[in-house]
Amino acid sequence: MNNIVVAPMLIPLLTAIFLVFLRPYLKIQRFLSILSIIATAGASFYILDLIKKEGILRLDFGGWLPPYGIVFVADSFSMLLVLTTVLVAGILLFYAFSSIGQEKEKMFFYPFFFFLLTGVNGSFLTGDLFNLFVCFEVMLLSSYVLITLGGNKIQLVESIKYVAINLLSSWFFLLALAYLYGTVGTLNMAHLSLRVAEVGQGPLLTIISILFLIVFSLKAGLLLYFWLPGSYSAPPTAIAALFGALLTKVGIYALFRIFTLIFYHEPEITHTLIGVMAILTMIGGSLGAIAYNDIRQIVSYNVVIAVGFILTALAISGEVAMEGAIYYLIHDILIKALLFLLAGTMIFLTGKAKIEEMSGLIRNYPLLGWLFFVTLLSLTGIPPFSGFIGKVLIGQGAIESGSFLLLAVAFISSIFVLYSLLRIFMNCFWGETIISEDNHVQLKKGMLLPCAAFGIATLVLGLGVEALETYVSDAAYTLMNPEVYIEAVLDSQK
Amino acid sequence: METLVTLLIGILVTVAVYLLLSRNLIQFILGTAILSHAVHLLLITMGGLKKGAAPLLGENATSYTDALPHALILTAIVINFAVTAFILVLAYRTYRETKTDDLHVLRGFKHE
Repeated sequence: MNNIVVAPMLIPLLTAIFLVFLRPYLKIQRFLSILSIIATAGASFYILDLIKKEGILRLDFGGWLPPYGIVFVADSFSMLLVLTTVLVAGILLFYAFSSIGQEKEKMFFYPFFFFLLTGVNGSFLTGDLFNLFVCFEVMLLSSYVLITLGGNKIQLVESIKYVAINLLSSWFFLLALAYLYGTVGTLNMAHLSLRVAEVGQGPLLTIISILFLIVFSLKAGLLLYFWLPGSYSAPPTAIAALFGALLTKVGIYALFRIFTLIFYHEPEITHTLIGVMAILTMIGGSLGAIAYNDIRQIVSYNVVIAVGFILTALAISGEVAMEGAIYYLIHDILIKALLFLLAGTMIFLTGKAKIEEMSGLIRNYPLLGWLFFVTLLSLTGIPPFSGFIGKVLIGQGAIESGSFLLLAVAFISSIFVLYSLLRIFMNCFWGETIISEDNHVQLKKGMLLPCAAFGIATLVLGLGVEALETYVSDAAYTLMNPEVYIEAVLDSQK
Repeated sequence: METLVTLLIGILVTVAVYLLLSRNLIQFILGTAILSHAVHLLLITMGGLKKGAAPLLGENATSYTDALPHALILTAIVINFAVTAFILVLAYRTYRETKTDDLHVLRGFKHE
């Protein structure tokens, strides 16, 4: 029992509520947002370090002991994701300062930014399935507002699709929860794991687990990604980057949690299904990424490919593959934020979104061009950048378990990632400079610096893998050994 | 009792799916509202339907109803209320901007 566990959710929540009342004072809003991000990041780092010393931490709200009360559980896996989320959100805030525009800032951009963060961090931390639903809804409702903020025609139209698909997936979520509660009579994740192990995962429970798979696949964009490219192309750059970096990752986190902690007894059915879905996702994403000429669409399909790639690790499910998945998740949160920022900045500078309408940008904006090149290398998994270690470990896990088809598709998809981004790079950055002196738009420092910060982050993460090693291996160990998690949650002495 | 309620849920889902498949935006929204009522009923049925017992009567009570599904539904209803309110406003704004409520026209990004 440790009260600090709630901090990564509570600080953004209080900030958000507080900022609502400071609507006209933009400077104060910005200042407080940064302060709040620093506080949250500090708390997250402290918790992560505490877990290393004391093991998994738990907070029983109101002193109600699990399995009856609501619990927050912080293990290395969730805290690594929380910490990455908060840091990425902080850098994105700086980008938003210079790009989002006063009009949107006054229409409660910052409060909803923090409500979204509340939902994301809450989803990572909760130890209760219904609470996970609530945190998802907090996150989704704020994302509905953020996606429509500004009220362009295209935003409104796309957001109807986005809201509709998420309403439906929330409905499935409730349905699955109802069936699960009716079957085993509990919603605490650790307790669920125990009970499912006791009664055995029969056909009924397997079907319920597939319902959960559908729900989280919709959120993560695993196979059911048809809504994703449109919705992620519509909002302003800073918001699109936030979505691309974080929202699908929460779905992926939930899939990992559920299928390693609760429904791990029938891997022939569930994990095979996840593997097939991952393969189809990577194929579909690769086709999308090379089919379109609109930068926003290409970038969105790259999100889809990454989802498929990470979920191959769950289908393989060995400790090495899990480590790879965690490294890759952290890397992907960083790099997708950078990719969306670069794409958005390019569109801002040229006023065009099609790749054939841009050319020779590297002469006008050299640093931007080199950053794009770094992103491209990192996404493809070339050392010394951060994508490398994740890809190597997932590949190693696949070889150890003999899943060669998954291995082949996963690595071929990397080539498609490389090709789709090289197309952007060669078309937009190389070639004749077509922007005349008069039309030259000055690249704001406030836009370039956050991108550079992400670029440095991916290099640091790639070189500093050793420093993360202890946390990641602990996280993977907990994922593969559910009894560690269960013991930490249900032990009433703690 | 449970069978009857389950049948009712089935009917509600049927109606909701019919509405969801329609082209009209408002009908679609009503469909989602009915759909969520169906799942709320399912939640309460899954907890077991009992007559004549209160949720909590101290430790010595002979009969009590499971309080958890009630708490779950209450939360779900509140969330659903918020989402429905939001999507209604969204539909109105979209109608004002695009002058249509036909979902086939509101297709979003044109793919080349």
